[in-house]
Amino acid sequence: MKTNQILVRYGELSTKGKNRSSFIGRLRDNIRQMFADLGSIRVKAERDRMFIFTDSEEDMQQILERLPKVFGIQSFSPVTETVLTMEAMQEAAIVVIDKLDLEGKTFKVNVNRANKDFPHEKLEIMQAIGSSVLRNFPELTVQMKKPDIELKVDIRENGAFLMAEVIQGAGGLPVGAGGKALLMLSGGIDSPVAGYHMLKRGVRLELIHFFSPPFTNDRAKEKVFDLAEKLSHFGSSVNLHVIPFTELQQEVHKQVPDNITMTSTRRMMMKIADLVLAETKSQAIITGESLGQVASQTLESLNAINAVTNSPVLRPLIAADKLEIIETAQKIGTYDISIRPFEDCCTIFTPANPKTKPKLEKVEYYENFVSFDELIQEAVQNREVIKFPRKKENKFEDLL
Amino acid sequence: MIYLDNSATTKPRTEVLETFMKANEQYYANPASLHQMGNEAEDLLENAREQIKRILNMEHVIFTSGGTESNNLALFGAARANRHRGKHIISSATEHPSVLNSLKELEKEGFEITILNVNSSGEISLDELKNALRNDTILVSLMHVNNEIGTIHPIAEVKALLQGSRTLLHVDAVQSIGKIQLNAKSMPDLLTVSGHKIHGLKGSGVLAFNQLELSAVQFGGGQESGLRSGTVSVPHAAAFAKALRLAEPNPAFADWNKELREFFSEFAGVKVVSPNGAAPHILAVAVKGVKGEILVSGLQTESVIVSTSSACSSKNKKASHVIEAIGLSREYKDGVMRISFGAFTTAEDIARLKEAFANMHKLIK
Repeated sequence: MKTNQILVRYGELSTKGKNRSSFIGRLRDNIRQMFADLGSIRVKAERDRMFIFTDSEEDMQQILERLPKVFGIQSFSPVTETVLTMEAMQEAAIVVIDKLDLEGKTFKVNVNRANKDFPHEKLEIMQAIGSSVLRNFPELTVQMKKPDIELKVDIRENGAFLMAEVIQGAGGLPVGAGGKALLMLSGGIDSPVAGYHMLKRGVRLELIHFFSPPFTNDRAKEKVFDLAEKLSHFGSSVNLHVIPFTELQQEVHKQVPDNITMTSTRRMMMKIADLVLAETKSQAIITGESLGQVASQTLESLNAINAVTNSPVLRPLIAADKLEIIETAQKIGTYDISIRPFEDCCTIFTPANPKTKPKLEKVEYYENFVSFDELIQEAVQNREVIKFPRKKENKFEDLL
Repeated sequence: MIYLDNSATTKPRTEVLETFMKANEQYYANPASLHQMGNEAEDLLENAREQIKRILNMEHVIFTSGGTESNNLALFGAARANRHRGKHIISSATEHPSVLNSLKELEKEGFEITILNVNSSGEISLDELKNALRNDTILVSLMHVNNEIGTIHPIAEVKALLQGSRTLLHVDAVQSIGKIQLNAKSMPDLLTVSGHKIHGLKGSGVLAFNQLELSAVQFGGGQESGLRSGTVSVPHAAAFAKALRLAEPNPAFADWNKELREFFSEFAGVKVVSPNGAAPHILAVAVKGVKGEILVSGLQTESVIVSTSSACSSKNKKASHVIEAIGLSREYKDGVMRISFGAFTTAEDIARLKEAFANMHKLIK
């Protein structure tokens, strides 16, 4: 007896008519990629469900740990395989049920006897397994209609397959099914959450981060790496583009009056993002902006910043409250990373009184005296691209 | 010398010492520092922590200076953080002094302490525990394996008993980690582990815990999530992680334990104090009318090192609180010695012990 496979039920994608097979293919590829480091796994996609196989107990543990985050999955169940004898099935049933929270729960056995050569009738099997489970777990009561726990026993040619546990999946669409977009990742609380929302709708992410050494240090960068790592756990890898931003930022500071440096800086970021978008064949820019949260996030500001690009700028958090955003950040595990107290490039040059209602003409006027284009090109060319999830190189292997 | 006092402390493994040396040479920066060297030290520290969390199957790990500090942090930390819910704590009579004396202090702070008695095998009664539990019981603290006589407390059953209540369970696993596996399902809310009992270094330990609130007992720079201020010793942490990874139960312990029980039962006036079913690596033995320290020095002249019932009690003239608690009869209770195995113990060591004891017994009888 061994728990060597997982049955995966598709999420929303069951309803998506023609695109169905491409969605399923996408989910299969995402799962393969997510577990590439495990080596031992096999994935088989069928029209209505998918199976993940592994013979390694350790890998199984890893899969169960990571699978709840993968978008495009409604739920999944570990499946235990055993030889075709009544005793073996009874024994396996007890192991399967023992993993569940049983207190006050109702229960039934459901047998699918696809293998008609098995020398026991369906009812007989149900009774044998059911009574053995009840003997071992007296806290259970039998209920045929809508029980809390349904133990499914599938009798096939090559063995019996049992499952009872149903683990909630992340829902949403498989990442990548909805194209690709570029997320501006600052290191704050909002942008990873914005990314998460788009991932859930099946959008694959490229990430862009502006790095201003020595004003921002390695720990600030490490923080962004950790956020990128988190964002790569939802079904698809991500590339992080780290843009060297110091020179450009200093130039902006020299050229424009203090109270509009912020608007101007963000316009530069947007211009850079637009170039990276083109290079990475992304279809939109995503930001974590939320209306009214800070000076740069007024409609006037958004206008002035947005004016430099023709690409769609998606702002999934535009109408969200800060508290809702924090809640989501906690749920997806980015909050604790985001609140680490390191400067990012937005906070270091923040003027005392940034304009909350910058006038586009004025901003354009001040920027007009020099050409930033060369610095922008340079920043894009000199960017560092890192892929996440990062390979788990354990450099301390011999030490620990 | 044949070292059979592994429950007092163990010899550090060479691998552990190598880790400690290397970490001191290469990762000596303060892990809280912002520079690159600080980052690398922090990276090593967090890798060590992750490894320990994985092995212990616990959610959080705080590095401490050892078992005593971990027990202090567990008891004071959990008690003070939960005093709004209740002030009642339950423990047992044979706990380590770092638990019993912490509880005495907590009593002064207004906590109410129930100490469960043990029977002659050192066992608590689950019924008694059940009766002692109240609505305002915030914490039960039990050691997994007793350090003096090896009695194993039924942690899984206690955990099951507390299931569904908000009473926290703290387990001092100093004597059991690496020797007796705690079932993954019965991991407590708080777990104390010491480095030097598992062939790691003195001055290192952890308190592992799952989702719960804990108050700090040591204040300063807020290291270790604010629970244990003070610059973290990355080399100690790394060495601990290494020692824990290498710690493994040795199936030979049970054979040697059986062999020695049979051996001692041949002598008149010699009594095996450790109950049947005790942990295999600890065997307490008493000789009628002979003081424990005489047994220790007698075996030492034969190059075999054992201890009186516990190293901590060695300097007290009185019988230890554990020996008192199990009610060992008067003629035996001053003459208890403890034999304890470690990773470096061999079958030859056991044979030498038997030989040495037989020689000594001729002299003292």
